[in-house]
Amino acid sequence: MEGWDPNTKSTLTQIPLLSTKAGPRDGAAWTQRLKEEYKSLIAYTSMNKSKDNDWFRISAANPEGTRWIGKCWYVHNLLKYEFDLQFDIPVTYPSTAPEIELPQLDGKTHKMYRGGKICLTVHFKPLWAKNCPRFGIAHALCLGLAPWLAAEVPILVDSGMIKHKDDIASASES
Amino acid sequence: MEAELKEMLTDLDTLKRSLPDHPSLNSSIDKMQLRVEHLTNLAKSAPGRRLKVKDMSAEVVDSNPYSRLMALQRMGIVENYERIREFSVAIVGIGGVGSVAAEMLTRCGIGRLLLYDYDKVELANMNRLFFRPEQVGMTKTDAAVQTLSDINPDVVLESYTLNITTLQGFETFMSSLKNKTFCPSKQGIGVDLVLSCVDNYEARMVVNQACNELNQTWMESGVSEDAVSGHIQLLIPGETACFACAPPLVVASGVDERTLKREGVCAASLPTTMGVVAGLLVQNTLKYLLKFGYVSPYLGYNALKDYFPTMEMKPNPQCSNAACLERQNEYILAKPARDAAAKAKKEEASEPDSLKDKINVLDDSERNITLLQESETSLPKSATLSLIASITILMEGFVPSNPEVDSLADAQIRLSLAMEVLDLNLIKQRLDHLNAL
Repeated sequence: MEGWDPNTKSTLTQIPLLSTKAGPRDGAAWTQRLKEEYKSLIAYTSMNKSKDNDWFRISAANPEGTRWIGKCWYVHNLLKYEFDLQFDIPVTYPSTAPEIELPQLDGKTHKMYRGGKICLTVHFKPLWAKNCPRFGIAHALCLGLAPWLAAEVPILVDSGMIKHKDDIASASES
Repeated sequence: MEAELKEMLTDLDTLKRSLPDHPSLNSSIDKMQLRVEHLTNLAKSAPGRRLKVKDMSAEVVDSNPYSRLMALQRMGIVENYERIREFSVAIVGIGGVGSVAAEMLTRCGIGRLLLYDYDKVELANMNRLFFRPEQVGMTKTDAAVQTLSDINPDVVLESYTLNITTLQGFETFMSSLKNKTFCPSKQGIGVDLVLSCVDNYEARMVVNQACNELNQTWMESGVSEDAVSGHIQLLIPGETACFACAPPLVVASGVDERTLKREGVCAASLPTTMGVVAGLLVQNTLKYLLKFGYVSPYLGYNALKDYFPTMEMKPNPQCSNAACLERQNEYILAKPARDAAAKAKKEEASEPDSLKDKINVLDDSERNITLLQESETSLPKSATLSLIASITILMEGFVPSNPEVDSLADAQIRLSLAMEVLDLNLIKQRLDHLNAL
């Protein structure tokens, strides 16, 4: 866990771990894994809310639980920037982590692959692999997406690549 | 086109005759006629598509597309070159390496190619080989089929525009590999070899999963994000290390494959390195399919030092991939039959020389990795040492648990027992409720 800030570390240790090693092709075991994913997400979301640090919404977009969609947001200079959030559960899950996508930011930053998949830090993937199958979606959001937003949103805003929705509205009025 | 141009000339002629004598009009019609004649000549010289060839001929004439390949037989390199037409090869990822590999196999007259990619051609791809600027915006699979079918219409091309890492894409991928309509008499599944030319760890793990489940031999290839090193690797399920047993790049360079960035904006790329890796990959493919020479189990390429490390990796008995473990068991069970066959073969011919120089750098009983180093190659000692060091690093990476998280895991499991009775829908509703707050 070297290279992580103490906040992320302490948050991470409080997200419930998962135990079932199963992917979307594993039938009943996948259903069990999905239950664990939900429990872990519920705990993480409640924890964020209780700490007044609510920063995402995510839920399965199909009954199989292989496609997930939602929103995430980041507050910079007292303004809230919100983005669509989506990812697929890969067939080799949980051996490989989900590839988190922010489609609205596609093409706006170097820290992204085509299709809006965020570039994860060099720390993330080895840590994910080492902790397979105990890390789940909640951990990927905490260790992957949260640090990415914290690093990239200020740069995107300051460089003018993204604008706050109020600024866009007032610009179109004038 | 030629016929239309001819008609145009006739029309112009009629027009000229029907018009009253008018010098300026006549001269402009003359000009137009000259232009049409020029176009007709251009159309005549434009290369037509070559017709399909029924049998590969060894006849040395300019019009025979296979004469130089069939010469391999006469020179005693390949026993039966024409067998290449029976083989099906699947290429996953039609990027800098995959597209060039596809072109090489097409020019060699491979029987059938299955092409998989979900991406589109971009101008940013033009620093690599194969794709042309006018193909920008097409899917890589369509653009590849366009070029390859022009080069060699004898090759059966199947293109799949899909992402193999998604559940649906994976199912199509698996069923396309299993389809045996091209050569129903063939043993095993519908393809003879799978080539992984993808640019990310996730997709490699998917190819690994599919090939382990289907017991299909495959070759992996890769180029580093700094564009100055690459590798190819032969993976035989149960017999050699699978991709989940030990990611190869860690062993070769001390870089963890998982941290590698992909093409796109994050990485550099060179047509040279990608061309070299594609060449090594297809060379190994031809040797494997047509049974000539030595098929490399792993071949690295370090462009900065022009150093080509080779090694062999045995499967990891603690591999996290269940299908890999099944294949390993089958391989162990088949040992007596294999030994008998090997003994019979040994009596026929003596062992190839290259194997005699084998030096075990590592204790393979402990690491399950054997390094092969031919005695005449001058591998610097430091490189050997760093290789050993990086393997150790790799093994540390395999430590399956993190003590800090472990004790917590137990506490969490106990806590979650209370929630075990809830069914999935109820839990889902709880998250939805929480999300709505």
